[in-house]
Amino acid sequence: MTATPGDEIGTGALTGEPVLEITNFSVVYRTAGGDVHAVDKVDLALHPGEVVGLAGESGSGKSTLAYGACRLLRPPALITGGSVVYRGRRLAGPVEILGRHPDELRELRWREIAIVFQSAMNALNPVLRVRDQLLDVVEAHLKLSKDEAAERIGSLLDLVSIPRARLKSYPHELSGGMRQRVMIAMALATDPEVVIMDEPTTALDVVVQRDILAEIVELKEQLGFAVLFITHDLSLLLELADRVAVMYAGRLVETGSSDEMHHDAAHPYTKGLLNSFPSLRGPRRDLAGIPGSPPDLRGLPPGCPFLTRCAYGTEACARVDMALVAVAGSPDPTHVTACPFVLPSTPIKVLSTVAPGAAPTPTPTAPAAPGGGA
Amino acid sequence: MAVEPTPIPAVVDSPAARRGPLAMEAIALCKDFRLGRGSVLSAVKDVSFNLYRSAVVALVGESGSGKSTVAKLLAGQERLTSGSIRLDGREVDVKGTRGFRRYKSEVQYVFQDPFSSLNPVHTVRYHLTRPVRLHQPHKSAHELDRELVRLIEQVRLTPAQQFLAKYPHELSGGQRQRVAVARALAAGPSVLLADEPVSMLDVSIRLELLNVLDTLRKDFRLALLYITHDIASARYFADEVLVMYAGHVVERGPAEDLTQSPAHPYTQLLVSSSPDPDDLGSMLRHGGKGSARQVGESPASVQGCRFHPRCPFAEERCRRESPPLLTLGPSRAAACWRLDVTAPAVVAQARGGGEGETTS
Repeated sequence: MTATPGDEIGTGALTGEPVLEITNFSVVYRTAGGDVHAVDKVDLALHPGEVVGLAGESGSGKSTLAYGACRLLRPPALITGGSVVYRGRRLAGPVEILGRHPDELRELRWREIAIVFQSAMNALNPVLRVRDQLLDVVEAHLKLSKDEAAERIGSLLDLVSIPRARLKSYPHELSGGMRQRVMIAMALATDPEVVIMDEPTTALDVVVQRDILAEIVELKEQLGFAVLFITHDLSLLLELADRVAVMYAGRLVETGSSDEMHHDAAHPYTKGLLNSFPSLRGPRRDLAGIPGSPPDLRGLPPGCPFLTRCAYGTEACARVDMALVAVAGSPDPTHVTACPFVLPSTPIKVLSTVAPGAAPTPTPTAPAAPGGGA
Repeated sequence: MAVEPTPIPAVVDSPAARRGPLAMEAIALCKDFRLGRGSVLSAVKDVSFNLYRSAVVALVGESGSGKSTVAKLLAGQERLTSGSIRLDGREVDVKGTRGFRRYKSEVQYVFQDPFSSLNPVHTVRYHLTRPVRLHQPHKSAHELDRELVRLIEQVRLTPAQQFLAKYPHELSGGQRQRVAVARALAAGPSVLLADEPVSMLDVSIRLELLNVLDTLRKDFRLALLYITHDIASARYFADEVLVMYAGHVVERGPAEDLTQSPAHPYTQLLVSSSPDPDDLGSMLRHGGKGSARQVGESPASVQGCRFHPRCPFAEERCRRESPPLLTLGPSRAAACWRLDVTAPAVVAQARGGGEGETTS
């Protein structure tokens, strides 16, 4: 097994109590056309110092889950059940976030649980300098003198490798990567224990993305916070996360360590995701993708929501209760799947056959005709 | 023999040429943008390549590398500062509305963002009817309807009548992008310029759209320019890959060769930065901190090789002189003074195999 940089911390921490524990959590969106069950009975735990990756397509409910757990959703979203317990080192005891009065949540938000939003361009205020936006956070959540606050925001920029001179800049004067770094610095301003990152690198190109991810891992090891990393790019999570949870149609369909999920994925949806992205190294595989699109979350029929796109579907799937069960024979006790029928060893099957890779048979690596004289 | 690889005419023997006849030639394209106060940004500099029917050429690079500007130049949406474009062997000189329309019937563009490229107040039928009416004005109502069904079925949106009646907000991102592709096909083009067609889509549906594009490429013998920042998808989808950095083409070659043994330090950086599930942790392990970090000044204003401030191999010459594309075999080239160090294996192979060509 190849070790990811965060390995020791992540697996070591699993023994303790989770810092954030989401149980049986459900959110609906009340619409004229009926309730949209965006998150349905989801369990998810985040341990101190761990990176948990939450993967899924657009509309799978991954952002709703994260924002809902912080009570950041507005009507028509409605939390219909479950519990979210936060156990911070700085707090006297566990806090039930869902039961708290909104005023009390102010102390938790940002101070304890911070969020890096997806679009830095929209999340930063375009008419305020970086300094003022950082000061705003620091002054709202920490009791510091003017000088201390100024020093604090300076050191925050140091943390994310942005020159302090940039404090005077407006967001539009920064590159996309720098803006995203400012967002991360803001989230870390109050030294939170949990950082939720919602697609923080989606808009960036690969080189900048790699830089920022490396920086997140470094900061995590230095400061010891836990990360809930949300993305639709499973390949990224396999690199970055200690554990990966896959969401489909508002439910968790599979959870396990990155390594397990990569090599021994059990759920047909995870298998499909794994077979969706082109790899850069190694032999060219035939790629399949996942045909079809996610179901309408209003009035979903009972049984497995993936059934319509699943190549392994049987009649029993329409009655399965989507409870997560341990994957048979898996060495990882946290590896659970919502599909009791398909095993990691089951070969990949695809519903409709799509034409595999486009280019012709790859040209041999030595195309030059040897000794060709002119 | 200790010769340096020889500078070559900008167009090499393209692997895409094996697919079909030449469709479009981009010859030494340059585009400067005036920034005010007399300063000029050279966004595209001496970019040359050919597009062939039934073949895919990929343009890979980071944001700001000039790849979209190249597509806009080819689409006639930006004026060339210098250089020329040929379509089917004839110099392109778009003048007036009619000339522009004629050009557009041959060269079509698919935009990155399917959420803003479709008009939210119009149905799919409206989006497709307009280009059909414009480019095939003599169709009867019945023929028009048949054409619309044909277009929408080509991009695998069935049942056709149902999709034609829908508004953009009723479609998923992947479906919208397929409508955008159908709209581009309505003009019956021979060249399709696809500017990051899948980067706004979920990973799981990217492949499906690429497969649709691939089928269309075959069925209509389309010459495809595929612009992307994802070099892994270029490996799967393209015949030839051109890597751009700060307005220059820094490396080009057959997709498989170039991704498996990248020669230019920037291509190497791109490859090592891509997530690779078959080698967990490699992305974060490769390349020490700082090697990839952007420098403060815009790379387009850098003297010498534009990549040298970020390049671990940079030496004196790189700071002074900008390297031309140097041959690395019959269909590969890279713009770097230090290829001996950055890609010794590729250079050795090029010398061993290509000696005959250099002694003319």
